[in-house]
Amino acid sequence: MRDSFIDTATALLDDDPRTAVVLADISASSFAPAARQHPDRVLNVGIREQLMVGVAGGLALTGLRPIVHSYATFAVDRAYEQLKLDLDHQGVGAVVVSVGASYDGASMGRTHMSPGDVALLDTLTDWTVHVPGHPAEVPGLLRAAARHDDRVYLRLSTEVNEVPLPGAGRLAVLRRGSVGAALVVAVGPMLRPVLEAVAGLDVTVAYTHTPRPFDVAGLRELVGPATSAGTAPAVVLVEPYLAGTSSALLGTALGGVPHRSLSLGVGRTDLRRYGEPADHARWHGLDPAGLRRSISAFLG
Amino acid sequence: MTTTTTAPGRTRPSAPPVRRSGLPAELGPLLRRLTGDEKHAPSAHSTLDVLWVLYDRILRVSPRSADDPERDRFLLSKGHGPAAYYAVLAAKGFIPEYWLDDLAGPESRLGHHPDRMLVPGVEIGTGSLGHGLGLGVGTALGLRAQGLDQPRVYVLLGDAELDEGSNHEAMAYAGATGLGTLTAIVIDNQSASHGWPGGIASRFTVHGWSATTVDGRDHDAIETALTTSRPDRPHVVVAVVDPKE
Repeated sequence: MRDSFIDTATALLDDDPRTAVVLADISASSFAPAARQHPDRVLNVGIREQLMVGVAGGLALTGLRPIVHSYATFAVDRAYEQLKLDLDHQGVGAVVVSVGASYDGASMGRTHMSPGDVALLDTLTDWTVHVPGHPAEVPGLLRAAARHDDRVYLRLSTEVNEVPLPGAGRLAVLRRGSVGAALVVAVGPMLRPVLEAVAGLDVTVAYTHTPRPFDVAGLRELVGPATSAGTAPAVVLVEPYLAGTSSALLGTALGGVPHRSLSLGVGRTDLRRYGEPADHARWHGLDPAGLRRSISAFLG
Repeated sequence: MTTTTTAPGRTRPSAPPVRRSGLPAELGPLLRRLTGDEKHAPSAHSTLDVLWVLYDRILRVSPRSADDPERDRFLLSKGHGPAAYYAVLAAKGFIPEYWLDDLAGPESRLGHHPDRMLVPGVEIGTGSLGHGLGLGVGTALGLRAQGLDQPRVYVLLGDAELDEGSNHEAMAYAGATGLGTLTAIVIDNQSASHGWPGGIASRFTVHGWSATTVDGRDHDAIETALTTSRPDRPHVVVAVVDPKE
């Protein structure tokens, strides 16, 4: 996904004179050819993330379309107030493109993880959040984001689904269960383990790479009304970031519809462990076996 | 590195000169409409003289050109105590004078920190210290990338505001890249809790900025300092005023 992002951003710099890339050393070498071509629009400020976002705000004030890029923990957690004030409060936007958010950088430990990035952006105003599940979804999302001036977060991962679903800005149904079957919504790269986890279960599986704004209409349609027998529909939300990040949104979306819900995602605890992303998926119950245990227990 | 400043370590003139205010008479009444304060003279506002010199003699911006891409940008980073800013904006016709009568009221566009979305002529919304210089660097870079070589970007900060580390990110980067269209103005009323040993100007010159330290009430000196920048490096003017009471 990172390569797909760099290739697309490099092409955008050639195609659209509004595009600018702001870096804080991360991926600077990958953008070196683009920087030679466009020295005024590829800006590496050094390891200065507050300045990276502040510069993006200034560029946007002059009418450019800044793309900001770093590890999620540096671009979002560390520069949170700059996102809030140098973008939101100024009434301007940027495309923030992160890597390594939850535990892609497992071997680097907690300091390089940001499972709370989407929750932090939820405290701000009108951020579109894309969580692609496949590298082939990235170019379309980035190109679309470069065309306007709104605030966009593109959360890239090393975890990848089997196939790209570029049109899944709204909920796309991958598997349809029987009438009244539970709905399992997988966000971004959670689709692959979810599909494996629910093999043989009577559930509907839907996918989106765009959890903000959430496809509320699609969710209501898929959940449907409570059955005449009084059985409340069941919804399982599986997200690759902090568990429960979207649960309030889900509750609001289904307001008035009796339902049961389960929100799965990354736990809050600092595990103080390294290893591989697969190890953290297992420890957080987000591997296929863990997901199946949670979903089966919930469905009863 | 070029500096026309006083020697490092010197942050204020040795003897505050006796001077005649160059401020226009109408500013006093405008300020009183904001503050309701009959006791304090306009000189109680540490930024007033610098702001007046900027808007009266330096900035290429007017109410009619407030959205012109070719205009100079003035960014008030030190968003605290914007009364002097509002008074100058009113005196120069950016905002109607009657707006001054309801500072921070429920229907007022003028708050204790300015909001660019509410006040014509205000380039950035500030209040939380340490945001203006980064936004100013980005603005200067954005203008340059679009071939807009004429506008300068002026950012006004306070000496205590320099405590925020974000400023030092911007100072280092702007200096290292020779961002010649950027001017920072630091109002030094010696209010930083732990001071700036070695002087404020040296914080900038060590990164390659040019610097001038002046009496922050002397309009001609302020004007001269603001117009002595060099094309190959950012410029800072340290405007020294009386210590904060």
